[in-house]
Amino acid sequence: MTMEISLRRRVVNVLMLSLSGLCTVLAVSVLFFILGYLLVHGVRSLSFAFFTHLPKPSGETGGGMANAIVGSGKVLLLAVLIGVPLGFLAGVFLAEYSNKAFASLIRYTVDLLNGVPSIVIGIVGYALVVLPMKHFSALAGGVALGIMMIPIAVRTTEEFLRSVPNSLREGAMALGATKAKTIFTVVVPAAISGLISGMMLNLARVAGETAPLLFTALGNMFWSKGWLQPIATLPVMIYNYALAPQEDLHQQAWAAGFVLLTLVLVINITARLIIARGPSSSRR
Amino acid sequence: MTTPEQPIVKERAPARASDSDTNTLPSTSKLNAKNINFFYGSFQALHDISMDIQSNKITSFIGPSGCGKSTFLRTMNRMNEALRNTRVEGDLLLDGENLLGMDVTYVRRRVGMVFQKSNPFPKSIFDNVAYGLRVNGITKKSIVEESVEKSLTRAALWTEVKDKLHKPASALSGGQQQRLCIARALAVEPEVLLLDEPCSALDPIATLKIEELLFQIKDMTTIVIVTHNMQQAARLADYTGFFLLGKLIEFDDTRKIFQNPNKKETEDYVTGRFG
Ligand SMILES: Nc1ncnc2c1ncn2[C@@H]1O[C@H](COP(=O)(O)OP(=O)(O)OP(=O)(O)O)[C@@H](O)[C@H]1O
Ligand SMILES: [Mg+2]
Repeated sequence: MTMEISLRRRVVNVLMLSLSGLCTVLAVSVLFFILGYLLVHGVRSLSFAFFTHLPKPSGETGGGMANAIVGSGKVLLLAVLIGVPLGFLAGVFLAEYSNKAFASLIRYTVDLLNGVPSIVIGIVGYALVVLPMKHFSALAGGVALGIMMIPIAVRTTEEFLRSVPNSLREGAMALGATKAKTIFTVVVPAAISGLISGMMLNLARVAGETAPLLFTALGNMFWSKGWLQPIATLPVMIYNYALAPQEDLHQQAWAAGFVLLTLVLVINITARLIIARGPSSSRR
Repeated sequence: MTTPEQPIVKERAPARASDSDTNTLPSTSKLNAKNINFFYGSFQALHDISMDIQSNKITSFIGPSGCGKSTFLRTMNRMNEALRNTRVEGDLLLDGENLLGMDVTYVRRRVGMVFQKSNPFPKSIFDNVAYGLRVNGITKKSIVEESVEKSLTRAALWTEVKDKLHKPASALSGGQQQRLCIARALAVEPEVLLLDEPCSALDPIATLKIEELLFQIKDMTTIVIVTHNMQQAARLADYTGFFLLGKLIEFDDTRKIFQNPNKKETEDYVTGRFG
């Protein structure tokens, strides 16, 4: 009897262990599968021209996505300029100024914003910028991605500022620093490495967003001058090329996917290195 | 005030000539607290505290843990204001002016503070000491440099750090960090310096250095120090206040407090019979 129970237990135990082990392997291998797949297909179709040339019509050889690479850069730059200051200052307010009840209300609202599907954010960008200005533009794309960056920017700022010990604030105030001076000369510098890496992770998160850009930046087969014209971006290029029937365009899409993923991974890893090394290495 | 009898208080470092007969001269009061009550929310931490803190003297606060020494100290530079849901009642005068009505940054520039746990900023040694000057608008390089050197020298730290001024303060030892915090407080030349158990994490040698430093700066600064170390209070202080459960039980000349206190509670505490 006891033998039976212990045998059953052991079987269940081994079963559960192997099942959860298998799931872990599966979960992790998804990333490596994507990486490997993109590597195989992407690298093969990657060429020097990819980085330097404009797209060519299907059938012609030697086209690239130089405009989309620059375009992604421009749109992301705008997104950072819009999303980071807004989110950062709101985070400062949450961590340093607001009372508890109000803070939790704002936090809840921000979390809701974080949950808004990206395609809805695209429509918001369309309504806010594209409609009034009457055409698609880099600016509209930047606004949409900037809005997407706000929630995480708020929450990382709040979290990292809160992790700065109160004794530092008191030390600064005891020397006659105003609250604002204390925040910007002691608290923020103490959290700076966490803040920078948090914002980088935030950027990496929106760098691959496609849906918001479909309604805002649209796309462009040529160079886009300034900030007020439709502009090509890597995610939208991938989307368009992958849906096209021609095989050579699929190849270009693979290459673009590979470049985009590499970019995101590099940002991610750099950010994590900054966190790990930072003087203020706040636990995360 | 009483005339000193056989002192258990050791010989003090030579003070200013005019100090030798202070006990017979009317002293001037730097800080004057009248009927201070303090509340953390609904909890009353200070009950009706009144005392005069004399200019250019060292005043020490003693008393068991949780009796309100830090709270009272932090009332004097309005540090408690930064805590939510606190309230102070009563009058507090700095040189006869209403301290509670002044601009708070102005108060804190005049009334400096050193905390129990050293709290150097995550900046260089130099920038730590220069911080108070800079936030108060003094940015001229030569003045800042001169003041940093002077403050570090007075805090007995200069020789140890003069070759690594631009290294992060976090690389210093605990005792050095505390002396750095003292230097940082001295740099803005406060009229009053509040110290909350500044030596609690220090070895005897570092403690001695800080005590010497306090003697040295006495001629230009009024000093209030919280300490759990009776010998330290006896060695250092001109006046001593004994706190118990949020009340100031007795406040008098240090020798009087240690040799011949008026209150039974004080006697029990200073002789170690407390509790
Ligand atoms: N931030 C706070 N919020 C609520 N109550 C507090 C706070 N700080 C201190 N108190 C309470 O006020 C009383 C006095 O505390 P205080 O820190 O002034 O004591 P202390 O004499 O400095 O003690 P110690 O010698 O341990 O430092 C204590 O009962 C303490 O619990
Ligand atoms: Mg205390």
